[in-house]
Amino acid sequence: MGSVTPLADKDRIFTNLYGFQSPDLKAAQARGDWDNTAALMARGQDTIIDEVKASGLRGRGGAGFPTGMKWSFMPKEPKPGKPNFLVINADESEPGSCKDREILRHDPHKLVEGALIAGFAMRARAAYIYVRGEFIVEAAALEKAVKEAYTAGLLGKNAAKSGYDFDVFVHRGAGAYICGEETAMLESLEGKQGRPRLKPPFPAGAGLYGCPTTVNNVESIAVVPTILRRGAAWFAGFGNPKNEGTKLFQISGHVNKPCVVEESMSIPFRELIDRHCGGIRGGWDNLLAVIPGGSSVPLVPAAEIMDAPMDFDGLKALGSGLGTAAVIVMDKSTDIVRAIARLSYFYKHESCGQCTPCREGTGWMWRIMERLREGDAAPEMIDRLYDVTKQVEGHTICALGDAAAWPIQGLIRHFRPELERRIAERSGGMLEAAE
Amino acid sequence: MPKVTVDGQEIEVPAGATVLQACELAGKEIPRFCYHERLSIAGNCRMCLVEVAPGPPKPQASCALPAADGQTIRTDTPMVKKAREGVMEFLLINHPLDCPICDQGGECDLQDQAMAYGRSYSRFDENKRSVDDKYMGPVIKTAMTRCIQCTRCVRFADEVAGTPELGLLYRGEDLQITAYLERALTSELSGNLADLCPVGALLQRPQIFEMRPWELRKVPSIDVMDAVGTNIRLDLRGPQVMRILPRINEDVNEEWCSDKTRHHADALVRGRLDRPWVRVNGKLQESTWGEALDVFADKLRAAGSKVAAVAGDLLDAETMFVAKKLLETRGSAMLEGRQTGLNYDVSSLSAVAFNSTIAGIEEADAILLVGSNPRWEAPLINTRIRKAARRHGAKVFSIGPLVDLAYPVTNIGDDLSLLGNLPANVAEAFAAAERPAIIVGPGALGAGALGAALAAAASLNVVREGWNGFNVIHTAASRMAGLLLGYAQKGGIADLEAAGPEVVLLLGADEVAAERFPGAFKVYIGHHGDAGARQADLVLPGAAYSEKHGTYVNLEGRVQRGEKASFPPGDGREDWTIFRAVSDLLGTPLPFDRFDQLRAAMVAEVPALGIDGLIDLPWAPPSLPADASGPVTLPIKDFYLTNAITRASPTMQRCSAELLHGETIAEAAE
Repeated sequence: MGSVTPLADKDRIFTNLYGFQSPDLKAAQARGDWDNTAALMARGQDTIIDEVKASGLRGRGGAGFPTGMKWSFMPKEPKPGKPNFLVINADESEPGSCKDREILRHDPHKLVEGALIAGFAMRARAAYIYVRGEFIVEAAALEKAVKEAYTAGLLGKNAAKSGYDFDVFVHRGAGAYICGEETAMLESLEGKQGRPRLKPPFPAGAGLYGCPTTVNNVESIAVVPTILRRGAAWFAGFGNPKNEGTKLFQISGHVNKPCVVEESMSIPFRELIDRHCGGIRGGWDNLLAVIPGGSSVPLVPAAEIMDAPMDFDGLKALGSGLGTAAVIVMDKSTDIVRAIARLSYFYKHESCGQCTPCREGTGWMWRIMERLREGDAAPEMIDRLYDVTKQVEGHTICALGDAAAWPIQGLIRHFRPELERRIAERSGGMLEAAE
Repeated sequence: MPKVTVDGQEIEVPAGATVLQACELAGKEIPRFCYHERLSIAGNCRMCLVEVAPGPPKPQASCALPAADGQTIRTDTPMVKKAREGVMEFLLINHPLDCPICDQGGECDLQDQAMAYGRSYSRFDENKRSVDDKYMGPVIKTAMTRCIQCTRCVRFADEVAGTPELGLLYRGEDLQITAYLERALTSELSGNLADLCPVGALLQRPQIFEMRPWELRKVPSIDVMDAVGTNIRLDLRGPQVMRILPRINEDVNEEWCSDKTRHHADALVRGRLDRPWVRVNGKLQESTWGEALDVFADKLRAAGSKVAAVAGDLLDAETMFVAKKLLETRGSAMLEGRQTGLNYDVSSLSAVAFNSTIAGIEEADAILLVGSNPRWEAPLINTRIRKAARRHGAKVFSIGPLVDLAYPVTNIGDDLSLLGNLPANVAEAFAAAERPAIIVGPGALGAGALGAALAAAASLNVVREGWNGFNVIHTAASRMAGLLLGYAQKGGIADLEAAGPEVVLLLGADEVAAERFPGAFKVYIGHHGDAGARQADLVLPGAAYSEKHGTYVNLEGRVQRGEKASFPPGDGREDWTIFRAVSDLLGTPLPFDRFDQLRAAMVAEVPALGIDGLIDLPWAPPSLPADASGPVTLPIKDFYLTNAITRASPTMQRCSAELLHGETIAEAAE
């Protein structure tokens, strides 16, 4: 059973999150990275997977799928010519999310070491780290770290003297949000246009180049070495049941001090903001709404979020989600309709265009949002918009369609009076000609 | 065999079937746009959504979901209905709905399915997207605003045609289908793109704004452009063939046809012989049937038995049979169909047939092409070879000039002596193969390499229990029926020449060199004013294949029949009636007054022509000299202009000029 007390400094995994120290190998080793990695690996592949399962680690990329279980889907004995692969998703493009970039530029060795251990546990031949195209400095830092690790014998043949051969490749994307979707990422890695694949087959069966593949988020992989060093029980000691561990929260928007901070899961929203962000701009009464998990989850109005636990299940109960824990705080100065309309534009722009509901629906939703922003619409347009989001949601190949629909659904659910007010204000002064 | 329940009906489906196929087996119609049986699964149109339990509580794309034991599939729930309506609404919001001016109107998947599965109103009041049209060559006309991005065309070009020149540009709602640099598609199968297109985005350029599908009369026929025997459908308005479409025949053409097959239709009303002509003082002069037949009869009477007949490439078996009968009454058996001088041995038809069958070549795992360019000689056999190469990595080798066949080919040289001295890599591949095949093309036949190829086939063991991999590609639709009817001399057409006939009947024979048969009286009986008519002394207008019933035997020995769809123009007559009439004048009337009597007489004499399907050709290779050497060439120099019909076709001429000779054709602005 976890407790939800604020995280103590001694329990932080990312000890160089803010870049106060050097990201290079020597400094990383001084912080405890690469400390006898061979011994961790010597525990055996299944033991590592069991340990990760026991730690309760859920995927940090947004969906929250148990990481250890994901690894256990990989074939235990890869067929000849069909090696297992680990793909690490560093295509962090979700509006609001900025945790992976801090790991990449300040603590890259945690990721590289995690890649080795996770890759070893799932019998992978190599790891591909897919870095977002816009992350230029971050990709350079990661490439430097990988190079250092190779030079120090921590990767390559007999990686870290464990007797296991393992390679890490850094691949840079071209700046498409959709390539953060795991199968679109595989397509992109293969040199094709980044369009999500149909599932099944799932990547664990046929992924990169048709080989069994696991795609994990940067944070999920980077916390693994520390979990193994300090034990699953330690990690599971934070947060509420089924939501264990520590988590990087990225608070942006109308708080006094926006920041990225590692905190215990399930920390109440109010405590998270007060402790790390200096409170809401203009005080708690000025809070309008919060998007708690990056742009693709529905917003939560102030009253509901204030004392809610920041974890997967707690936010799901509010009709939203933890996502990547990219907390976007909006105070009462926000034009909430415009904010959501901007997100709709983002999804319209980033839709790959492969499947019909998303290709046609995202543009339509954005156009209606723009009308609603101005109030240039009939009141029934709100219901029409809601219906369109329902026609997109759940009908697409990947989750981008859902992600485009949810913020609008959240808006309509919680701010319908605001939408109606705008329509009434705009049409109020207008007289209609008699027919 | 998984058992699934579709709308309460329990059925067993074959292993590996998709949910969509399971629904079809249960008799449920599933709307779809991107899904096509012969292409890979894209799953992007989302029209085929159904409810599947167990599974997530949302509709599933049935085209991509494997049917699993114990599944409960619902196609009739409110959720499915709403999902279909939603997807249809999305497809239509950016579709121009210009059905009244769209050529696809009336045979449009989008139109039909919008009627069946859509709502009767639209809620979209924004501006619609418009997309620039793309240039895709002389065969395909585009109207890309109508495109619904199903990617069938992209997948066809990639997978079936092997010309990956189509792709997607941009993303989201700006997604566009385009040809590489907007250059014409280099495929000889591009007409199929317009067939596949479920909307009016890709259309047949030659037929644009020409007709409406409901005005057309549909007649099943057999294509004569090559020896594959593509099953086609002639669509006529009044007497004119407006367009030609492939019919499905899994054993022959699946559901494709080549551009030549499809787009020679405009030539059926151009350059036609519509009255008899008689050469007077070296000049052809218009004549009447009475006059012309008298001349014909007089010449035949004077020649006695010194009369020969040369059959053209497009001829049906009945015409060849009746000409043969006429010559028999004159006491002659000088018949030949190989106009260009081929003289391969025909003592066993199995040695000159496509023995693996067209569908069977898909199973081959090692293939040696000898003097053949199947892409031009038989495009639909080429797609089968490509399938073999793609599906199970069949290794393809070739002896002959280097040509792009749209799949990887190892060219081992162009000298026929290689047949007796195959390099190690070929020998190894054939030794490891379970179903090896040799394909002998017209180039090799022309170079006299049949014997060498048979010897190579014996040494490579391509004929074995349950598999005969010895294949010959012919290019003339009339060839196999001609061989069955005896249109072959030992020395080929040279034997006829040596016999010095006084009258030579050119039965649609346009490839006979004009300097052959000097001094003989040449009678051309055919349908187009081409090389044959130009050299003739008497021209009698006959019927094109679309204007007569006919029996055709394709290169694998498959007997197929085409139906008469219209009448010859002007004074043209069905060919057999001309022979019947002249036989009357000669006083030895042929014993049939009606076409069915003729056909019955033919079948009585050659029973093989009476069957439906493959003729049994037991493997009995003749022993021929196995020496062949020297470089082999390919006889077809221009795919689009191989016979009298295609040479008269503006579309084929444009295809040839643009695709093979690199001319740019300027288009008037619209």
